[in-house]
Amino acid sequence: MADDGKRERDRPWIMRTYSGHSTAAASNELYRTNLGKGQTGLSVAFDLPTQTGYDADDPLARGEVGKVGVPISHIGDMRRLFDGIPLDQMNTSMTINATAVWLLSLYIATAEDQGVDTHVLRGTTQNDIIKEYLSRGTHIFPPAASMRLITDLITYTVEEVPKWNPINICSYHLQEAGATPTQELAYALVTAIGVLDAVKETGRVPEAEFGNVVARISFFVNAGIRFVEELCKMRAFVELWDRIARERYGVTDAKQRRFRYGVQVNSLGLTEQQPENNMIRIVLEMLAVTLSKDARARAVQLPAWNEALGLPRPWDQQWSLRAQQILAYETDLLEYADLFKGSEVVEARTQELVESAWTEVQEVLSRGGAVEAVESGYIKQKLVESNAARLRAIEAGDQIVVGVNKYVEGAPSPLTENLDDAILTVDPQVDADQRAALKVWKAERDESAAQKALAELERCAKSNENMMQPSIAAAHAGVTTGEWAGLLRRVWGEYRAPTGVAGASVKANVSGRAAEVIEGLRGRLHELEARMGRRAKLLVGKPGLDGHSNGAEQIAIKARDVGFDVVYEGIRVSPEQIVASALEEGVHLIGLSILSGSHLALVPEVVERLREAGLGDVPVVAGGIIPEADAERLRAAGVAAVYTPKDFELDTIMSDLIDLVDREHAAE
Amino acid sequence: MPPSDIAEDAQKVMAGDKASVSRALNLVEDRRDEAHARVAELLDALKSAPRAVAGHRVGLTGPPGVGKSTLTSALARSLRDRGRTIGVVAVDPSSLRSGGSLLGDRARMSFDPKDNGLFVRSLATAGEVGGLAYAANSSVRVLAAAYDIVVIETTGVGQSEIDIVHVADTVVLVIQPGSGDVLQFLKAGIMEIPDILVVNKADHDALARRAVADLSGALRTAHAAGAGGSQSPNWETPIVATSATKGTGIDVLIDTLDAHRQHLETELAARRRQGEVHWALDLFSRKHGEHGVSALGGNTTLKARAEHELDSGQSPLSLCERLSQEYVEMLRRSA
Repeated sequence: MADDGKRERDRPWIMRTYSGHSTAAASNELYRTNLGKGQTGLSVAFDLPTQTGYDADDPLARGEVGKVGVPISHIGDMRRLFDGIPLDQMNTSMTINATAVWLLSLYIATAEDQGVDTHVLRGTTQNDIIKEYLSRGTHIFPPAASMRLITDLITYTVEEVPKWNPINICSYHLQEAGATPTQELAYALVTAIGVLDAVKETGRVPEAEFGNVVARISFFVNAGIRFVEELCKMRAFVELWDRIARERYGVTDAKQRRFRYGVQVNSLGLTEQQPENNMIRIVLEMLAVTLSKDARARAVQLPAWNEALGLPRPWDQQWSLRAQQILAYETDLLEYADLFKGSEVVEARTQELVESAWTEVQEVLSRGGAVEAVESGYIKQKLVESNAARLRAIEAGDQIVVGVNKYVEGAPSPLTENLDDAILTVDPQVDADQRAALKVWKAERDESAAQKALAELERCAKSNENMMQPSIAAAHAGVTTGEWAGLLRRVWGEYRAPTGVAGASVKANVSGRAAEVIEGLRGRLHELEARMGRRAKLLVGKPGLDGHSNGAEQIAIKARDVGFDVVYEGIRVSPEQIVASALEEGVHLIGLSILSGSHLALVPEVVERLREAGLGDVPVVAGGIIPEADAERLRAAGVAAVYTPKDFELDTIMSDLIDLVDREHAAE
Repeated sequence: MPPSDIAEDAQKVMAGDKASVSRALNLVEDRRDEAHARVAELLDALKSAPRAVAGHRVGLTGPPGVGKSTLTSALARSLRDRGRTIGVVAVDPSSLRSGGSLLGDRARMSFDPKDNGLFVRSLATAGEVGGLAYAANSSVRVLAAAYDIVVIETTGVGQSEIDIVHVADTVVLVIQPGSGDVLQFLKAGIMEIPDILVVNKADHDALARRAVADLSGALRTAHAAGAGGSQSPNWETPIVATSATKGTGIDVLIDTLDAHRQHLETELAARRRQGEVHWALDLFSRKHGEHGVSALGGNTTLKARAEHELDSGQSPLSLCERLSQEYVEMLRRSA
């Protein structure tokens, strides 16, 4: 460093935007534009059918194709997605889990077609199926089969695609599901331990080379608005990971013990009210993962300011990218060593987190480890409880959210003047186009080659051989996503994870006004029960493939607490199943939660099927990221009420629900 | 449902019409006084349904977290594969503070919504002492008229759950390897000995084998302590190892259930009768307490009378109703 102020700058982190929608062609165009704007890596968002292993022609894919990401059914789609993008120069992150082995196989096959040696491929597959059971909900298979897919991918890439990050252990979704910083640290670390132990158990990696595996583990972390604590959390991660790598796995090379992580700052805290404020939140949250050089993110992707309203447009994503670029290239941040080294305040908080997280790590390990604690529902229940406490604090005003529960008065925002244009809408034609294209693909491929590849996959699935090689062969042979996953569903079975709601005890800790409100609601339900002869019964349903169950869980718990009998079936139930359950359970009311944007297809279908089943008089309410124009259409289709993220007062929702049951009973 | 429709609805219930079964279940859950007569009428109409007589009522109980719902789900699938129909009453614990409940059982069950041979109803216990919900007794009888096999699933272990004995023909206790409490309860004679013991989550061979061995030991100790066998004489409680997630042991469990049902053949009527006596008197004593029971001659007298009246065609609900009237009349006269 010279005195003239010209300091040497660190290399900036990789800048990405989580994107993809509609079709491979549309997404390809988006990627090329984004790269042109100075983005330095790609982050592929797949649609829910692709993530859960269905082709567009599957009944379960209805309304979901191209919604929250790009549909990739076969190598033809993958080639189109990266058309004109040389894979040997790209760093590609793929948010893919249950079908990670398959999507990576398609990516590798595409690279081979481009003439690229797999040893130069760089990027990341999320491949953390454990957290899917807890939060994101795109798991398919039982835990043992999922762990096998995870380790197959890791042991393959360590040899054949050595620059690839085979797994991104996600604490991100844990925070979204309600995790406190301690829980986020602990549950991510026990997941990593579970994965590494499983890799060890395969016996495929020689003892001496195990450091290479530890070195390839990366993490995907969340950064919330309490950014000082979040910064400390990142430092705690660095320290704890170093300890685990050293003590548990005997890694002697310090470089291999480095905590490597990418980050998406918190989408959960983004608000529908005064959405322009979200840009400020996003920037502050970015600071938590960039300011401290010793715990700086390797890659950062920022959400868009309007995510609580609907799908962001290219301009919205560009605005977030600019925030990263200004911090990395305009400011002097990258000219300095770690800013917090020696700070007593930061160090003290970091140590607190290290200790509390380590205690919880030991707790989970004593319960048999991450997989066992997922299957028993232990972790899920802890998360559900934390999330309920968080929501209660916001509702009670103990946790301030500007524009939501404080400083709510303000001038109307010009950004949202024309609300329906402030988000992106997916062409409904995409669904049909994708189905038609799939038909053509299957008709034109070499059918016997495809069947042979599937037979080989099946043989491998039943043995202990690595699934990667036969999957890559199947990719070349034109096998589809639905065929790959469908085969494994038959061989390994499907898994429904614990919901964590039934046993969740919510420490009340409400007093004064809030307690009065709850008592009032309970009183009304008791009185209603006396008149109806039965307690009011609510079915909470999550139709479609969307696995973001936090909202449904919190509604279910709150409804239980005010005195409803609640039936909650977990994620991914079809409209048909919801109606069958409503009939068998004799419910008075149905609440549907959908966050994938497929509400216009799914909600009216439930209403229609209820009518056919003679249950037309059971009121239906819907909640999700539902633009007002859509809400209008849902109400016209017979939906009694529509709730969006701005309806954060659960007590008010409960009161509405009681009104609905009461009104329906009076009408009988 | 209006009274006039009850006979017709009972017919539809017996034919397995889902909407009618559901309406009937709604009715028996109805706690308003004005519903009681209709509930009694409905149950009387369903009493001699061919399925109800020939069918099998299975109580599935065990501590939380042993995988009862997953087991029920696996059981349902295998029974359907064998062409038999199944009705499930899943009893969940209520939150006592609010009176509300979260019935999470369905989440672990995957089922085909078009299948008319499978019906699942969850019930909250509504803070009832004894664990089984107010309506569970009646619900079981509704489902028994419509389906070949009725499974009553409850949570708990130890004394609180013994009333499942009065509802089910066969009591199955589900535990997982390493359930020390259950062993202790059995040995100490605190827990009724079930008709069938299931060790679920028997994925790890060694652990499962040890659990089975431990249980046989506990059963022997219990016998030695004079706890006797299960409710059925000459029936040695079998131990079945299952893995509901992998689907192993389910067929053995079904065969064992069938064997117990067959074993019961001669005593089944008496066993169900005992259940009805218990139900009628339990309802009465909940309503009128110790005082009511002793006013009508005490436990033994009432029991004998209940047996007699049930034998002559009275249903438990109308019997309870009649006893109540007598007692109220008695109070009125003495006042």
